[in-house]
Amino acid sequence: MTEPQVVPDVHVDRLIVSLRDVHRDYKLGEERVHALQGVSLEVERGDYVAIVGPSGCGKSTLLNLIGVIDQPTSGTVEIRGKRTEEMADWEATSFRLHNIGFVFQRFYLMPILTALENVMLPMAEAGLAKTERLERASQLLDYVGLSARKNHRPSQLSGGEQQRVAIARSLANNPALLLADEPTGELDAHTGADIISLFRKLNEDGSTIVVVTHDEDLANAARRKVHMRDGRIV
Amino acid sequence: MGVAIAAAMLLDMVMLATGMRESFRDLLLSRGFDIRLAPKGTLPFDTDATIPSVAAISSVLRSNPDVREISPVLGASIHIPARGRDISASLLGIDPTVQGDYKLIAGQDATQPNSIVVNDHLLRRLGARVGDSIEVATGYDPQTRTYSGQRRLGITGRVSFIYGAADQSSAAVRRETLDDMESGARRDRASLFMIRVRKGADPDRVRDWIEGYIPTVSAISIATAIAQVDERLSYFRQLSLILGAVSLFVGFLLVTTLVTVSVNERTGEIAVMRAIGVSRVHIVQQIVAEGVAISLIGSLIGLGLGLATARYLNGILSAFPGLPMAIDFFLFRPIAAWSALGLLIVSGIGAGIYPAWRAASLPISESLRREAIA
Repeated sequence: MTEPQVVPDVHVDRLIVSLRDVHRDYKLGEERVHALQGVSLEVERGDYVAIVGPSGCGKSTLLNLIGVIDQPTSGTVEIRGKRTEEMADWEATSFRLHNIGFVFQRFYLMPILTALENVMLPMAEAGLAKTERLERASQLLDYVGLSARKNHRPSQLSGGEQQRVAIARSLANNPALLLADEPTGELDAHTGADIISLFRKLNEDGSTIVVVTHDEDLANAARRKVHMRDGRIV
Repeated sequence: MGVAIAAAMLLDMVMLATGMRESFRDLLLSRGFDIRLAPKGTLPFDTDATIPSVAAISSVLRSNPDVREISPVLGASIHIPARGRDISASLLGIDPTVQGDYKLIAGQDATQPNSIVVNDHLLRRLGARVGDSIEVATGYDPQTRTYSGQRRLGITGRVSFIYGAADQSSAAVRRETLDDMESGARRDRASLFMIRVRKGADPDRVRDWIEGYIPTVSAISIATAIAQVDERLSYFRQLSLILGAVSLFVGFLLVTTLVTVSVNERTGEIAVMRAIGVSRVHIVQQIVAEGVAISLIGSLIGLGLGLATARYLNGILSAFPGLPMAIDFFLFRPIAAWSALGLLIVSGIGAGIYPAWRAASLPISESLRREAIA
């Protein structure tokens, strides 16, 4: 089987993520919470960045802004040269589909779909033909070491296996940027180590990764660590 | 299960709304008679009134080339002494060659002057069988316990009266036999005329012609009979429409609740779908499809449940005194099932729209944050 292409063919843009003086405020009842206070960050193609810091410091908020599922209160967020705050909902959805892969702590696989079907889901949304979807999903499951489990449903897979499927799904549409929010948070140390190795392999194969984590091992595996405290990068 | 019960109820109400009317229509058409003549201002056998001058009326009717067959019927009450008591029943005086009131089940028709055909209910009460002879009287004085117009008749056949109720004892003899038993008191009179029109002729035109030429009768075509039944059954229709609408609404609420609960339990999953690039339209489609699927599954179970319930209730309602046995309250027609299914699918789509809209409008980051905290 040929090695799947996990990064786009042509990434002419060097700078994948560019945040300038980003603020994000929330209203919590009557109170205004300043989740991010003047954050600036750049992530280059092929980079592997771990965002670390105590709970509530704004790591996930930052990741959501980079993932175009949230918009800043002020400042600018550019992903692959596109200003996200100017995007309509449908534009942001389409942008995420084609440019960003997500991995979450709780995997969030569709329980009624098999591993293969879960990986095929974003490809179907992107309009890929069924034969192409099958071929690429099989390759991706092979890449994450789950070719023997592709016809199993999530309930028949272990936590580590489910996270591997989620990683394969995140790579489905060949994204320029892979975002992971506590990807080892629900796994035991041994399984977590496997996932850390997988992320390292992905980065070595060319994926640009931003990961939010409390896991020191995962953070240490990254090329660069960004420390956050009280909504600021320190 | 709740959706299935609502679907069953809806199907039953759709069947009830049209069942009696269609069943009555089938009943009227079953013997091929197109027009009934009753005494002016009455419905057939609604009163004891009779139509005079049967021979003259028959002659007028035969002058119309569209009239093919005429069957005058005279109704009476009879008394039969049996097992030491008086058994009463209704008797029809008919012409056995053109009658449209009963079906012969066994034996022979009442073609002879001293023969009588009876239904099973009367046979049971008499403890008699085909071939037995019985004393039949057209009058009975309970004070003196004396009978009048008595005649010994031989039971030649077992019959089922088409318009007879389940608890009704009925019999039929030749009209001439009944005249003789009544000593000619109602000679040349009939309670009802049943008329067949020529194939291709318009029964309503013939009906108008009869009412113009014979002022002593009310002519009732199947269309007018159905209209009168509709008027009398408007209560049933209204009740079934109201209950049907309530069932549909309950089904709608149940599906909405089920889909809403399902959406609430999957906010994280839906937020992730949106995050990985699944469009709002596809989320809406998926959730509406869930509503339709629940409605469809409920409808399929409800179909069986509804048919079983309808059969049970039909058995109870059809046993109402005075109602023709052949009348069905709940009449299954494929159109009824399709109508109920169509309404439930539309309701399923409607029920899915609100939760689908909620799901598609979920703030992604906020939902993911809440899920992470939970």
